[in-house]
Amino acid sequence: MDVLATALPALGEAFALILQPEQLMFLMIGVLLGLSVGVFPGLGGIAGLSLVLPFMFGMDPVSGLALMVGLVAVIPTSDTFASVLMGIPGSSASQATVLDGFPMAKKGEAARALSAAFASSLFGGLLGASVLTFFILIARPLVLAFGLPEMLMITILGLSMVAILAGRLPLKGIAAAGLGLMVGTIGEAGAGGSLRMVPESWSYFDGGTVAFESYQYLSDGIKLVIVGLGIFAVPEIISLLRHDRPIASSGTLGSGWFEGVKDWWANIFLSIRCSVIGVIVGVIPGLGGSVVDWIAYGHTVQTAKDKSKFGSGDVRGVIGPESSNNAKEGGGLVPTLIFGIPGSGSMAVFLGGLALLGYDAGPQLITNNLDITYTIVWSLALANVFGAGLCILLSGGIARLTTIRFTLLAPFLFMMIAFAAFQSRQSLGDLIALFAVGLLGIFLRRFDWSRPAFLIGFVLSNQAENFSNMANQVAGSKFRRGFETGFEYIASPIVLVILALTVVSVVVGIRQAKQILPEGDVETGRKRAPLIFLMLITGYLLTAWVNAMLIDQTGDKIFPVTISSVSLICCLLLLIRMMRAPEGDAIFADREAGADGAAEHSLWRTMSWFAGMLVLSSLVGFILALGLFFLAFFRIRAGLGWIKTLILSASGIAFICFMAGTLNRDFPPGLLQSLVKLPWPLI
Amino acid sequence: MSTLKSVLGAAAIGTFASVSAQAGSHALDLSGQTVDFVIPFSESGGSAKWANFYAPLLSEALPGNPTVVVKYMPGAGSTKGANWFQNQNYADSNGTLIFGSSGSTQFPYLLGDPRVKYEYADWNVVLASGTGGVAFLPPDLAEKMNGMDASGLAGTDFIWGSQGATRLDLVPLLAWEMLGMSVEPVFGIKGRGDGRLMFERGEANIDYQTSSAYLKTVVPLVEEGKAVPMMSWGALDNDGNIVRDPTFPDMPSFKEVCEATPACSTEGDAWEAWKAFFIAGFPAQKMVFLPNGADQAAIDTYTEAFNTVMARADFAELSAATLGDYPQMTGQPAKITLKLGTEVNSEAKAFVTNWLKERYGVELN
Repeated sequence: MDVLATALPALGEAFALILQPEQLMFLMIGVLLGLSVGVFPGLGGIAGLSLVLPFMFGMDPVSGLALMVGLVAVIPTSDTFASVLMGIPGSSASQATVLDGFPMAKKGEAARALSAAFASSLFGGLLGASVLTFFILIARPLVLAFGLPEMLMITILGLSMVAILAGRLPLKGIAAAGLGLMVGTIGEAGAGGSLRMVPESWSYFDGGTVAFESYQYLSDGIKLVIVGLGIFAVPEIISLLRHDRPIASSGTLGSGWFEGVKDWWANIFLSIRCSVIGVIVGVIPGLGGSVVDWIAYGHTVQTAKDKSKFGSGDVRGVIGPESSNNAKEGGGLVPTLIFGIPGSGSMAVFLGGLALLGYDAGPQLITNNLDITYTIVWSLALANVFGAGLCILLSGGIARLTTIRFTLLAPFLFMMIAFAAFQSRQSLGDLIALFAVGLLGIFLRRFDWSRPAFLIGFVLSNQAENFSNMANQVAGSKFRRGFETGFEYIASPIVLVILALTVVSVVVGIRQAKQILPEGDVETGRKRAPLIFLMLITGYLLTAWVNAMLIDQTGDKIFPVTISSVSLICCLLLLIRMMRAPEGDAIFADREAGADGAAEHSLWRTMSWFAGMLVLSSLVGFILALGLFFLAFFRIRAGLGWIKTLILSASGIAFICFMAGTLNRDFPPGLLQSLVKLPWPLI
Repeated sequence: MSTLKSVLGAAAIGTFASVSAQAGSHALDLSGQTVDFVIPFSESGGSAKWANFYAPLLSEALPGNPTVVVKYMPGAGSTKGANWFQNQNYADSNGTLIFGSSGSTQFPYLLGDPRVKYEYADWNVVLASGTGGVAFLPPDLAEKMNGMDASGLAGTDFIWGSQGATRLDLVPLLAWEMLGMSVEPVFGIKGRGDGRLMFERGEANIDYQTSSAYLKTVVPLVEEGKAVPMMSWGALDNDGNIVRDPTFPDMPSFKEVCEATPACSTEGDAWEAWKAFFIAGFPAQKMVFLPNGADQAAIDTYTEAFNTVMARADFAELSAATLGDYPQMTGQPAKITLKLGTEVNSEAKAFVTNWLKERYGVELN
């Protein structure tokens, strides 16, 4: 075969290039850096790559590539730690892992969940690398077959996963997804740049002027990092903190890391299927990685026989998404390398680094430098083996974190998520947005509105809007040229296949949704609180609807108007049902009526600790605020003695300073900093 | 992690050691310091590539060899970062802060966008980088051109993937319209690479790329017979005239095509407006600034550092891939470029504002 004849010799050469002590050392450095950076939520590949980029220029190309690829490849591996142990989605690629991984940690099975995740990551990574090897030579026409209608269909397939994750009441799930889509439209519209739900958009219609502050923050929309942290991490941390006990509720660890590897082996076919999903979604440029874990999770649930445990700690819910997110990296390198089009922010930085090494991605890289291309493939494979192997070995030890009293852990987690959120825009607005979204997350959780559905809606909002607008425009022009041309464009075989998959996914989803409680069982309570929350959501959607109706440009208007109308109808139906249903109906789900209400500390008092830290930050800057917060929290809430309080506070601050210093990041400044010039890290 | 860092550092220093540091007496010594090279864009895109290309070279050329770090401050189409830079004072950073602006920063400034709170005249330019661009067609449509006369393209429905009418894309949109072509922009793509992909997939049937992207990604398509160059936007000679782009000497410039096409005129408001925005968008596309209040010593230090970078024996080879074969200017030429790139007469501005409103319904204030 032609492909084999080209590939094999180059593959051999590349293998010889990478298996030198120096290159292997750089690969290991990359892997270790990637693991260290990936552990922190919200940092991910871009931060890691930016760290090594200044050294790229003039480096030996193979070493430089080994360093960069080693770093990128293991990030979806190590971000699993935060997802499983703390319920914090480490990156957009491991949001779905939280759904079952974190409940497992609560059951004391953290080590098992982690090692199952790492084994799946390893397998997915290797599969991704091997696909990349041969696919890269023939992929061009296949990638070009994915036009706008095809990408739109994949986006819709992703949205159809809402059906299975909607929770007990499908209407509520749809409304949650609609709300997510609407939150995703905040900011400047992709097509015409009209402002949506930015406070200034009202005055803009009014007097034609734009005031500045909130516009500046909101015009680019709310970043996924903040929504991920706010929707998943904040509610979980607050809830755990109220109970004042370790994450693993019994305080002891159950099954160990070996169990997890066995679990993975028992579900090897699931792992294969999800890896393939990961590769395929990764290969299509423009989709990005944020859907892949949800599609994989949805697939896992749909194909499982016994669905009763999903959401409360089924190991398959970890294996599926984790197999797909590492496989995606291999797939994602296909468009990155053969078209020079980065599929994600970290891939863009990677291409920048590649240019510093003297290579440019594009068809000529494959034709002229196949050996270099293949060193990337080998680095990817080796990095996955090193990274996942290391993580499996570490998982038993690190899992012990779940047996520590949570009150001692929480301040550090608050510190980390606040810092991570601040990285998204380096503005105080990040902290405000985190708090606002966190509050929304707490209520979505409390009243059992599907948080996964909200997140899927949010993640896919921009793509859904842009692809449908653009596909519509191009299709219009094709139809003008002739009905057949137009029809061929919108009804290509790929579109039809994905459409069929979507229909199946929705039908299966609706039929099975009631058996699956993605967030466990929830008690019902009194009528008042759920009703107020529903009214608030309805109010927001109504405001967004009016705001969208005021937009002049049709292209920027049609999507938010349609989505908010549909969501409003769902909300109205829910309202009607609420008025008719008796107390105790599933619609009045309220966690405060159950275990949460019985917790030692009240929701608001716990939340105000977090709020207090953020408010202090806005006054005296992050580091000073953190110091005061640590002292007060350890002393008062945790009731520690002065010595322990001081040691813990100092080590927390030293740690964050070290990290920010190494990564060359700043801290949120406050009012004080605008008046007085202070030395780093107090700025 | 610190040991890792030092290993990395050692490796990097090793490769850098062969280049001698700048000698001479400078007022500015940046030893042991970190220079922040702020760009108002994200990690992806042309400006990031451009800044990352210069950062390590600048680090070698500056007195004291400071670490030069590229910092990204994206937001509000680059106006956020530029507004931030406007509030910086040289005395706060003492030479450890430089800012890289791009055509996307200049266009809102030129069009009087109300978001703009920055003033180019306050800043101190130390480098100006130019570029060019090439428009191309699928082979079957390229055949409709009669030599340089584009009249044959008038009856075709063109579809084009665009990033937005108020961005750099207004230069090609206006050019095509002046030639009597009807080009429907499909807004919402994330970068010019996506536009090229639409062209390759047959969804778009016209496109343009900046020079370095054209050389790398479109020339292979031309060789395969899947694309035919239509024209380059041209380049600026020393007297401010538009001439053929030296990177593409065999390709007609837009000016030549316009002259050969009866529907198009190289006189009048449309032409003047196109020319003004072309200059701001291409020959004066990217610039490096020191903040307001920088003293002459600092400006000289940076100017000299960029001169040293450009005097490197391997500069042509290094820059060819990232920057293309375009002038990189410092000193007086950079100042002239800044002036050309940030000053547009009020007729040209009024023409474009009006055109954007009537043609695309875009209002800027």
